[in-house]
Amino acid sequence: MSKNNSNQNKISVTTIIKAIIKHKLFIPIAFLTFLLLINVFINPGFLKISMGQDSNGNPVLIGNIINILNNATELVVLAIGMTLVTSSSRGQDISVGATVAIVGGVIMRILCGSETQPTTLHAPIILALLFGCLAGMACGVFNGLLVSKFKIQPMVATLILFTAGRSIGSMAMGGLKPKAVSSFGYYGNFFPGFPIPTPILITIVVIAITYIALKRTNLGLYTKAVGINDKASSLNGLNPELIKFLTFVILGLCVGIAGFVQASRVQTVNPYTIVPSIEMDVILAVALGGNSLGGGKFNMTGSIIGAYTIQTLTSMLTTLNVNTNAVPVFKAVIIIVLVIIQTPVVKSFFSNKITLPKLIAVNGKERA
Amino acid sequence: MASINKTQGTKTLEAVRNKLKRERTLTDTAFLLTITISLFIVIYILSILFLGDKGFSKIQMFFNLLNENAALIVIACGLSIVMITGSIDISVGGSTALICTACIVGLNNHGFNFVTTLMLALAIGLTFGLVQGILIAYLEMQPFIVTLAGMFLGRGLVALIEVNQIQVDNIGFEELSGARIMIPFLGDVNKKGAFIQSKLEYGVVIAIIIVCIMYWILKKTKLGRSFYAVGGNAQSALMLGINVRRTKFYAHLLCGLLAGIGGFLYLFHTRSGSVQQATGLEMDAIAASIIGGTLLTGGVGNIFGTLFGVLTSGIVLLIVTAIGSQDPWWSQITRAALLCFFIVLQSVICSRKKK
Repeated sequence: MSKNNSNQNKISVTTIIKAIIKHKLFIPIAFLTFLLLINVFINPGFLKISMGQDSNGNPVLIGNIINILNNATELVVLAIGMTLVTSSSRGQDISVGATVAIVGGVIMRILCGSETQPTTLHAPIILALLFGCLAGMACGVFNGLLVSKFKIQPMVATLILFTAGRSIGSMAMGGLKPKAVSSFGYYGNFFPGFPIPTPILITIVVIAITYIALKRTNLGLYTKAVGINDKASSLNGLNPELIKFLTFVILGLCVGIAGFVQASRVQTVNPYTIVPSIEMDVILAVALGGNSLGGGKFNMTGSIIGAYTIQTLTSMLTTLNVNTNAVPVFKAVIIIVLVIIQTPVVKSFFSNKITLPKLIAVNGKERA
Repeated sequence: MASINKTQGTKTLEAVRNKLKRERTLTDTAFLLTITISLFIVIYILSILFLGDKGFSKIQMFFNLLNENAALIVIACGLSIVMITGSIDISVGGSTALICTACIVGLNNHGFNFVTTLMLALAIGLTFGLVQGILIAYLEMQPFIVTLAGMFLGRGLVALIEVNQIQVDNIGFEELSGARIMIPFLGDVNKKGAFIQSKLEYGVVIAIIIVCIMYWILKKTKLGRSFYAVGGNAQSALMLGINVRRTKFYAHLLCGLLAGIGGFLYLFHTRSGSVQQATGLEMDAIAASIIGGTLLTGGVGNIFGTLFGVLTSGIVLLIVTAIGSQDPWWSQITRAALLCFFIVLQSVICSRKKK
């Protein structure tokens, strides 16, 4: 009897493990945990969060985790928008880095006018945020129109702004490199007297709004429907063009917020070097979260965890004194390993336990 | 009665034949190619007319255009083939940077000569093509992600080999790369009235030969036609008995080989290497292919279009520099506008075809 019972227990444990492994979020969470464990192994004080003081003597939270949460803000915000775009249009926007440069340029122009060292802000910060978001959304409208109306593949359509964006950003600033007064820096660093970095709060707000929007509105459902089959969704009364267009505008809004935070961090913007190759990191975050880059169903939680994972990896490599330029090697290896795990060929190889050559032969006959 | 019917029959037959003929004479490929070539010629003539005093009227200007873009022509050829097959490769910039740095290290520190350098360049290019081809074709991974990893890997490896910018320090190699072909009977008269012969780099000759070979492969061989078939519709290509996986694999392998040759030409021209080298080269190559009439959806494209795509974007860059605008941003914005024009044009043509 007891034997039987333990056997049953075993089965239930194995089924639970199987269920966990098969869960969508297993790979991103496992990978994040793995990275955190390595970090703790290297530096036992990694998880420690302490109170410290910044240069002005205000109390602030200090710790590696806080840094990661802080620095991941742009990635998380952009990954949210990119997930929607990937899902609906079955492609990626590669212009996000360049459009962040445009947004940064617009914000600096509004705050500093044409002075290089202004002593006051030329406009209220809320106005700068508003115009930054509008600039981002304008880029989204441009990309969205090309993708939805002209039926151009997203990667090609966004190649245009990818090429021109950083130059447009420089043009928006009139070729100057102004530095805004330090009160603008509150949004990218700390509000005096408040210990939590402001970008973390912004991230929380954005995630909350996304969660509510996905729960309360049909945004998520419609996006998935269009991504899975736009003809079928059109027959069901949806307007695929409008939804694709909207996802690009939402990504534009995300770019506006990310650009605002990024500009506020050092209160100055160099359009040619701001957020270098962030588009690749964002796409990687989306892929890491278990989303197919071919569109369709998406998993927002996965993307957000993916973004934090990328940031953890980057800061881990920085603490290990790896040259900034050599960081991509590790990212490349991780992309390949993760994507290989997620390919249908490997998945069916593990589940059916048939040999790879046989599988390829079978697949070759069945599929293109 | 019967004869009337017969004449009517032949008339309709003739009409159909004429219609077919008309369609055959102006396929999408040909139409896009015509636009690209005529645009290049128009821009060039306009630049000679309005900017003749800035050096555009000199014949050497045209040869300089070729000299500067020889590597890009070869790399864009590879990209066109991959795009015709319906895939993409964004790792070429990274592999070019890797080839440059690795070859320079070999030349300076390990006693490489011209031949071994070329071998190393081809080996790096082929390795990229081989691995990416296997992953994309046989493991069904998304080309964008795989080649993105390739790009990261290439650039990162450069930083692992050498962080600083390095120059070729090898007399034999420098002599070879400094060699120029003197074009007989063509040249310009300088201010003192002396006749200067036009000079052409050897890399251009290689690039032109490669363009011709690729044209032959795409038009005349079974492999080239299967590239078009797979890019047009993989499902029907499979039903026609084409090995879709193998075709995709060969496309990436060929692109890797061309990236190797292109990377070598790049080194041959610049003689330097750094981490930031050839940044955005992949996007330049994709843009050139698009301007040249290659559809990113696959199945449509022409190598000569790609050649003229490279030249068109090259001359636009030269013109913007020559106008001498003080603001550095106009060159990129003009290129993007050109790209936008061609992308929208392609889209309009495609939608017209569907109707």
